[in-house]
Parts: sequence; structure tokens; C-alpha cells
Amino acid sequence: MKYGAALIATVFALLLWQAVVLLTGLPRFILPGPAVVAEAWWSNRAVIAEHTLVTALEVLIGLLLGAALGVVTAIQLATSRLARVLVQPMLVFTQALPVFALAPILTLWMGYGLWSKVAMAVLIIYFPVTSAFFDGLMRTPRGYLDLAQTMQAGKRSVLWHIRVPAALPSLASGLRLAAVYAPIGAVIGEWVGASRGLGYLMLLANGRAKTDLMFAAMLTLGVFSVLLHLAVRRATMRMAGEH
Amino acid sequence: MDSAPEITFDGRADVDGAALFAPLALRLEAGQWTCLLGGSGVGKSTILRLIAGLETGVRFSGRIAASDGAPVARRVAYMAQDDLLLPWASVERNIGLGARLRGERQDRARLMDLLDRVRLREHLGKRPAELSGGQRQRVALARTLMEDKPVILLDEPFSALDARTRADMQDLAAELLSGRTVLLVTHDPAEAARLGHAINVMTPAGLTQVSPPDAPAPRHVDDPETLGAQGALMRLLRAEAA
Ligand SMILES: Nc1ncnc2c1ncn2[C@@H]1O[C@H](COP(=O)(O)OP(=O)(O)OP(=O)(O)O)[C@@H](O)[C@H]1O
Ligand SMILES: [Mg+2]
Repeated sequence: MKYGAALIATVFALLLWQAVVLLTGLPRFILPGPAVVAEAWWSNRAVIAEHTLVTALEVLIGLLLGAALGVVTAIQLATSRLARVLVQPMLVFTQALPVFALAPILTLWMGYGLWSKVAMAVLIIYFPVTSAFFDGLMRTPRGYLDLAQTMQAGKRSVLWHIRVPAALPSLASGLRLAAVYAPIGAVIGEWVGASRGLGYLMLLANGRAKTDLMFAAMLTLGVFSVLLHLAVRRATMRMAGEH
Repeated sequence: MDSAPEITFDGRADVDGAALFAPLALRLEAGQWTCLLGGSGVGKSTILRLIAGLETGVRFSGRIAASDGAPVARRVAYMAQDDLLLPWASVERNIGLGARLRGERQDRARLMDLLDRVRLREHLGKRPAELSGGQRQRVALARTLMEDKPVILLDEPFSALDARTRADMQDLAAELLSGRTVLLVTHDPAEAARLGHAINVMTPAGLTQVSPPDAPAPRHVDDPETLGAQGALMRLLRAEAA
């Protein structure tokens, strides 16, 4: 049923796209139709696959590192008043900076390779993961804490047995958000300076007026992002308490 | 479990400078059920939380002591209307929570025995969401008993249950908690009349002692004397409110 609906929506979108191309009569280097893009995708499949692999690697490493950093930071903040006083304002401030503005600096510091893109992905997901998990850790239902206190539980054991598990659904929503943001981070990094990756391929195709290839790369990125989102959603189902 | 002490609560509480309740003395007889009734917001839960050593938001002046002189808060087990079961943990793990929190070895034989006594053995692997309200409250009772504390503080533990399940739970709790010093905060005169060895009605002015029925607790739901006590309590509560 869900898949049926997705299929119908996809077919509808493709028809709409084709209709716009036919009705406006735009040339294919401005707006190529779905068939043209599919053809470009097929004839460039080896190149697209290679660049997809690069972007996927950046995104996955970024996701893992960003999530780990976010989890550690949230626990630090939740357990230490000093950390809250010192670190929280900094976090909020860095969040107020547009991450795009940092991309050139990161490329300057870390070079054109994989790591500047990983760093972008990490930066863009670090805050949502940290703040979602931190909020969850600070909103432990009062009754659980009372119960634990009457059971003479120590701080650490309340953290591990009660606060962290009670906050896992919040962490799950943070991670799901991160799965949407991480590809954006990596592609921005690739736009600023790279020789590989889907973002790079899009720029390259665009520069050579290969609009059909640029669309093919963009749609590949979209499909990858959706699949990543679904995978993370699935992986975090237990965490979110959905069975 | 160490032998159940008598607990005395003696003092007053203020919220934001105004008195919540006047100085009052509440005695929980050793090994007996003491029921505490009273209007909403009069401070019943506050008294219970003060005895448990929990945060309350009131300023308490007075003393809370046990007859044997040992500290009180470390020897209480606490059970509230909200069963406070951890939704992510199985029945078995919920019951064993205390030992896990203290990093102690789990006494599995005792846990299994308690599961039998609350008739939940076949549910031990389930999550709380898979249980009925009565079953959940039985898990909470088993968790309370697992703590094996001499003093038991119950804050409206059965008020969310339907009438039949509530009566069943009252019988079970009376049986399993016998010999411990129990404070039961309740809104239900029938519950107090069935279970109380001593019954106190609380108002902002202080406590009124009401003598319980003569029959041994738990009393039958249709015992005439118990029904009479229930009626008298109801009348008193309504008069206090007026
Ligand atoms: N954290 C707090 N801060 C300020 N006031 C509080 C706090 N906790 C309780 N109070 C006040 O103390 C009073 C007594 O609360 P308490 O929960 O003890 O009442 P209760 O007799 O248990 O009522 P109920 O029967 O509705 O459970 C209430 O009027 C409440 O407003
Ligand atoms: Mg209350």
C-alpha cells in the first residue's frame, strides 16, 4: 500500500515533468525530459556510480562521526553543569553561523579530498544530534528519577539505566534528521572544492552544458538521500520504541 | 528485610512563605497499614515524599524519625498511581530494577517467586505496553516487594484501576505487604475502610483520627461495619470540604 502510493506519486511526477517539457518546448540543455535524463544516466552509469560511491562514503563517515560526537557531547552537557555553562553558548553560536560559510575554510584546512567533506557533514549534523539527545536526557520523567532515588541509585547508574534509555527516542529523531542533512553537507563541501563526488559531477556537467547529466546526478543524489533516510529510520526503530 | 519500625512524622510545611499545613503529628505504627485521606492539594503526597526523602518544593520544619533511631529514607519502597514501569524494559527487568541500579547481583529465585505471587510468571518477557492496567500495577507491586524494605509508601497506587481490579489489588497488597509499616495515601474512603489499621483524614488545620472497623484487614467489600466506616469517612470528607 505504502509502496503502491510511492510508485503512483513517482509516475505522476514523471508525467508532470514530461508535460512541462512538452508544453513549454524548452530546449534540452535548459530542461531535459525524463527520457533524455534516463538515457544520460544509463550511458554515464559507470561515472555516476563512481562518484556516488565517493559521496556515499563521505556521508556515511560523516554520519557516524557526527552522531558519535553528538552523543558524547550531549552526555557531557547533561551530566556536567560546568560543561553546560562553557559549551552550550558556543554550540548555539556555531549554529547561528551558516555552515556554507565555513566550507571554504574547511577546504583550505583539510584539502580537496574526502576529509573536508566529512567535516562538513559532521558540522551540519552535530547540532541536531546533540540538541535532540540532550533535550531527551534533560526531560527524564520525574517519577523515574524519584523511583531510582528511593532505590539508592548512584548518578552514573541513573544515567545508564534510566536517563539514556529514556532519551533514546529523542536521539532517534535527531539521527533521522541527521540522515537528511548529512548529504547536503557533503555536497556543499564538494561544490566548494573537489575532484570527485556527485556534487562535483553536477558542477562539471553544468559547466559543460550537459544538463541531462547534471539532472541524472542530481536525481541519483536524491534517491541516495531517500534510501539513507529510510535505512536510518529502520535502524532507529527499536531506539524510538516503534516495533 | 529488617524488622519494620514505627515512623513518626512531626512538623509543618510552607510553600512560598504560606503554610501548606499546620504542625501535625502522623504516626505509622510498626507493621501496620496507616491510611491518609484528604482533599486534593492538602499535602498528602508531600508528607509521603518527605518521608521518602524526595524533593517536594515545600519548606519542611520538623522531624521524621524511626522508632529504632536508624535513618528512614534508605528503608522505604515507593509506589505511586503512575506505575512508573520503564517502557523499554521487560516485566522481569522492571521488577529487578533496584538491584540493577545499585549494581548488585540479581536474586533470580526471589524474583521468580514474586512473579508467581503476583501471578505474572507467563508474562515475564513482555513489555509494559503489552499488559493491562491491573497487570502493570501488579508488576509495580512486585518491584516494590523486590526491594524488600520494611517501610512501604503508597501514593494512590490503585486509583487508576477499575473497581474489580482495584479490590483484587487491595487483597494482594494486604497479603504481600503484611508485617511492613505501610503508609497508604488514598482518595477512596472504601479503600481506607478495607485496608487501614489506622485512618487519618488530613485538612489544612491538621489530622483527624478515625477509628477503623474491628474486623482484621483486608476487610470484605460487603462487610456491614466496613461499609459503615466507609460512609462515615465519606461524610467527614465532605464536611471538611464544605
Ligand atoms: N514543587 C512544588 N512547588 C510549589 N508548590 C508545590 C510543589 N509541589 C506541591 N506543591 C503544592 O503543595 C500542595 C500539596 O501538594 P500535594 O501533592 O502534597 O497534595 P495532595 O494532597 O497529594 O493532593 P492530591 O490529592 O491532588 O494528590 C499543592 O497545593 C501544591 O500546589
Ligand atoms: Mg497526591
